[in-house]
Amino acid sequence: MLSFILRRFVSMIVTLWLIITLTFFLMHAAPGNPFEKEGKGLPDAVAANLNAFYNLDKPLIVQYGLYLQNLVKFDLGPSIANSSDSVNKIIARGFPVSFQLGLVAILFAIVTGIALGVVAALRHNRLIDYVAMVIAVIGISVPSFVLASLLIKYLAVEWKLFPTATWGTWQHVVLPALALAFSPIAIIARLTRTNMLEVLTAEYIETARAKGLSPATIVFKHALRNAILPVVTLLGALIANILTGSFVIEKIFAIPGMGKYFVAGINNRDYSVIMGTTVFYSTLLIFMMFVVDVLYSIIDPRIKFHGKEREG
Amino acid sequence: MIVSDELFTPMRKDNLSAEAIVRPQLTYWQEAWLRLRGNKLALAGLVIIIILGVMAIAGPIISPHDYAKQSMITKNQPPSAENWFGTDDFGRDVFTRVWHGARISLFVGLMAALIDFFIGVLYGGIAGYLGGRVDNIMMRFVDILYGLPYLLVVILLMVVMGSGLVTIIVALSATGWIGMARTVRGQVLQMKNSEYVLAAKTMGAKPFYIVRKHLLPNTIGIIIVYVTLSVPSAIFAEAFLSFLGLGIQAPMASWGTMANDGLPTILSGHWWRLFFPAFFISMTMLAFNVLGDGLRDAFDPKTRR
Repeated sequence: MLSFILRRFVSMIVTLWLIITLTFFLMHAAPGNPFEKEGKGLPDAVAANLNAFYNLDKPLIVQYGLYLQNLVKFDLGPSIANSSDSVNKIIARGFPVSFQLGLVAILFAIVTGIALGVVAALRHNRLIDYVAMVIAVIGISVPSFVLASLLIKYLAVEWKLFPTATWGTWQHVVLPALALAFSPIAIIARLTRTNMLEVLTAEYIETARAKGLSPATIVFKHALRNAILPVVTLLGALIANILTGSFVIEKIFAIPGMGKYFVAGINNRDYSVIMGTTVFYSTLLIFMMFVVDVLYSIIDPRIKFHGKEREG
Repeated sequence: MIVSDELFTPMRKDNLSAEAIVRPQLTYWQEAWLRLRGNKLALAGLVIIIILGVMAIAGPIISPHDYAKQSMITKNQPPSAENWFGTDDFGRDVFTRVWHGARISLFVGLMAALIDFFIGVLYGGIAGYLGGRVDNIMMRFVDILYGLPYLLVVILLMVVMGSGLVTIIVALSATGWIGMARTVRGQVLQMKNSEYVLAAKTMGAKPFYIVRKHLLPNTIGIIIVYVTLSVPSAIFAEAFLSFLGLGIQAPMASWGTMANDGLPTILSGHWWRLFFPAFFISMTMLAFNVLGDGLRDAFDPKTRR
């Protein structure tokens, strides 16, 4: 057990280092100089000062070392587009908003998805099952930005139930969280339904029924517990899905989260912001996946601790 | 009644007819096709994909308009006999642009899936077949790559390489093959140690023969399913990138860029500019997903969902 966690931890660190290195060298391989984007060259003295400020005058490998050193101190460096702003400050501004949105979306997705899947399985091949599966199919095939526009069009503009965009009160959270949660709901519902159907035919469920347990006890205590295990493994991927999905959703709803700054960074070719955001989000994701893996091995004692033979 | 010997006629001994209770022998493909044919939803998906493909080729040809021709007089026209899907804010014909976009979106999806297929099958196949230390090293590498957030890596590559059709495909396949490699490797590893492969080996079958005759046919179903399902995810990723402004550059258009351009129209009421690209993205995703699910059931009836 402990050696499993340790091995996963080491592989997490290696993955992290790899993505940091990859990000760093890719960003420095990007064509052009970030200061020349307006097409007008800067005076030599200014350019030299700027280069010195961003350490760009040093050899690449030294810059890489400095970047790693600063990362260990959780310092992601200054923004290139706006030298008075640091990437840390940008994350401090944007991330709480994105976190709030993402948290609401993921909780909503898990609760709704599992509920939908369970109900569909219990009412197999009846109306509610078909409704749930139609929702699941829509969730998988309709891109979130299309869904978001539909939500704005009907729930916000036509029926005026929720504000169209921006951020502030709880009403502002509803539409973007819904748009963000829809495809995870579909994935979770499908998976839960499949597993539930399988588990419900198992012999121990038959035994539970024969013992005269109430249907609620059978579903919640015996069936659901086993049925939602695979959902846990999916959690890491779902969190990634929601984090990156929120780039688009934040853009549509004009929410001042990480997505907004990241997209602005892309448009301004602000390499340090792109690099910082990528490193920050990758770290977060990889750490979440680590936590999910460890959690899973605790929840399901049958799991092999070798890590090698994981199912693809 | 006297039972005499004449009442009995000897049954003709015929080895062939004695075994005739078996149904006609079908090949793997015929059986898969039979099962797929019974799945109405999957067939509908297949038909939609064919229609989309035909329209992507024929659409821009049958339309009298050019996809990039701008006209300020005819801008933002609703669908009419002249412009079947209306026009956009530069007066370009949306019908022509939608099918031009279909070419690009489908091309990106198919190419990315194809590249994933080649790299994934080769990598996974080699790791699975050789096994042992080689497999261990190769899979450790894949596990690390697997931990990288897919879309973030793609975005990063797009920023560095600049936007464009080729770079999108490269960026998408740079990490897209990993899932395929894992699947193929798992399958091959399992297959390789099965009794019938051992039996073939004992009878002196050469590695190439085993790969061709046993491993490939038994993996091909899963591979086809995987390819079918990776087409929509590539199309989706392309739409996602285009939506962030990292995709295809004007005047070319994919469904993603068109949806992005059409986004402000939810407020202005020019609904056709968002509706048509969004509708066709959704239809494509739906069709490929449904077909992929159907194929999974058809190729592997054991894991019927």
